[in-house]
Amino acid sequence: MLKINNLTKRFGGLAAVNDVSVEFAAGQINAIIGPNGAGKTTFFNLVAGAMPPTSGSIEFNGMDVTGMAPDRIARLGIARTFQTTKLFEQSTVLDNLIVGHRLRTQSRLWDVIINSKRLRDEEKKCRAKAAEVLDFVGLSHIGHRYIADTTQEERKRVAFALAMATDPELVLLDEPAGGINPEETENLAALIRKMVDHGITVCLIEHKMDMIMSLADKIMVLDHGEKIAEGTPEQIKTNPVVIEAYLGSEEDVEA
Amino acid sequence: MDRIANFFASPAMKVVLLAFALIFPLIAGSEYQIYVMALAFIWAIAVYGLNIITGFCGQLNLAHGGFFAIGAYVVAILTVDHGWAFWPAFVASGVFSAVFGFLVGIVSLRLKEHYFAIFTLCVGFIIYLLLDKWEALTHGSLGIINIAPPEGFGLIDFTRTIPFYYLVLFFLVLAIVLVSRISSSLVGRTFLAIRISDDLAQSLGINLMRNKVLAFVLSTVYAGLAGGLYAGVVRFIGPAEAEVVHTFDIITYLLVGGIGTLMGPLVGTMMITWLTQAVQSFEEYRMIVFGPMLVLLVIFMPKGVVGTFLTWRGRRLASKAPAKEGQTRVGDSATSSKEARDNA
Repeated sequence: MLKINNLTKRFGGLAAVNDVSVEFAAGQINAIIGPNGAGKTTFFNLVAGAMPPTSGSIEFNGMDVTGMAPDRIARLGIARTFQTTKLFEQSTVLDNLIVGHRLRTQSRLWDVIINSKRLRDEEKKCRAKAAEVLDFVGLSHIGHRYIADTTQEERKRVAFALAMATDPELVLLDEPAGGINPEETENLAALIRKMVDHGITVCLIEHKMDMIMSLADKIMVLDHGEKIAEGTPEQIKTNPVVIEAYLGSEEDVEA
Repeated sequence: MDRIANFFASPAMKVVLLAFALIFPLIAGSEYQIYVMALAFIWAIAVYGLNIITGFCGQLNLAHGGFFAIGAYVVAILTVDHGWAFWPAFVASGVFSAVFGFLVGIVSLRLKEHYFAIFTLCVGFIIYLLLDKWEALTHGSLGIINIAPPEGFGLIDFTRTIPFYYLVLFFLVLAIVLVSRISSSLVGRTFLAIRISDDLAQSLGINLMRNKVLAFVLSTVYAGLAGGLYAGVVRFIGPAEAEVVHTFDIITYLLVGGIGTLMGPLVGTMMITWLTQAVQSFEEYRMIVFGPMLVLLVIFMPKGVVGTFLTWRGRRLASKAPAKEGQTRVGDSATSSKEARDNA
């Protein structure tokens, strides 16, 4: 589904992502882990089109999307969430979600001026979609609540719902469990599994190893922008290169 | 308490406001007050324009007063130097502000946040310089006098204050109806997503440039048409119309009323206009009143009068009726646009 070939991104002399090749299969949970500054978020930004790569290519469903604008990539079916959950504080949860389906609609300013049937139909469609994804993430009961009055976990779920409202095939989740407690983390993991059960492919960045090891089908490890390992959770756990990147090698300890 | 709050947010409030506006000339103490009100309406139209690009879309445009002046000059130049009638010149002021807004927009909107604000501040100053120095076209610092008033086609004399008052009121209602439709529609929600964050909007498949330019052009058309009306009522304009102080006046109206709300621009413009009138006898000392008031407002009511009220009421409703589905729109209550349209 997502095929990355020799992807590189340089900021001046620093290679934030260096010659990474990887393939993520459809219907799986793929995790990207690595120490801070390993280039994980940059990797997501490249896939989502937020910045063009220096070299290499990205194929999504067999289509070359390298260097494509992020809004076009979103329309092709790649959605994402961000490390910090940005939402409109002064609106209700449901109101925040309606715009999520905007990319599947056609209405322009002219439709607004004449209040066309197309606009009314599409607004109905967007509202229905918002209610649907709200239900999907289990927040129907707080649809009327203002974002400013919601908890951190609820915000994470709203962000998931917003990504889901775009009708994606692939969802990129950047540290979905950051800043929430262990119990909420488990609930969120269950939600991620539910997304995959509904035919969505998930790619996530996460630091919480318990969550990753029980959730992921495949893990890629980045360090200093390079892919140092790739495999199932069992393979990663015992991989000496990964252990060295995270804990330092025994020689380092002795020295 | 709730009853009063509900009334303020209800469609009935709009009927009351409109009714008040309609009978205002009858209850006004003097013709001067009607004139002040008509001018305030014109400024309110310009404030509604700024609310689209800055309130909804989140891009602080500091050239807004410049576009107002451009609209005024288009009407002035066409009617005085080229013998056009007012109405075609008025339409031209909208078209010209749209074209000029588009050109400025596609360049300036490549910049983000402060850089955009600084760039547009410069654009505003360039507009001022052009109007002041390009004497062959704009009559330079002398300004333009004897601008044609709107033609009443033998039925109405728009050089008189009361007919002009109603004409301006008509355009103001039209402006509010259109903004209310935009803000509650998918187009308005798109602008709002951009205001939250460029990155988020893009990740939702929103074309940033196209939507920002659309919001910018809408705002410049509002400013240009307001300027065109201004030229028709005041009938004398000079380069001072393009001074940056007018842009900051417009921003003040918007902040006081409530940025990003539907009724904020109107409330803010009215409050400041009549407060200015009330303290006019203090002359230059009136800033002693305004300064502290603005500081207090920004500290305690950063969302302005209307924004603070709506948030307060929304929270109350949310805590009282947990089962009810969210109905709040971008700016105001859901039925407002329909109601306002019926009244228009």
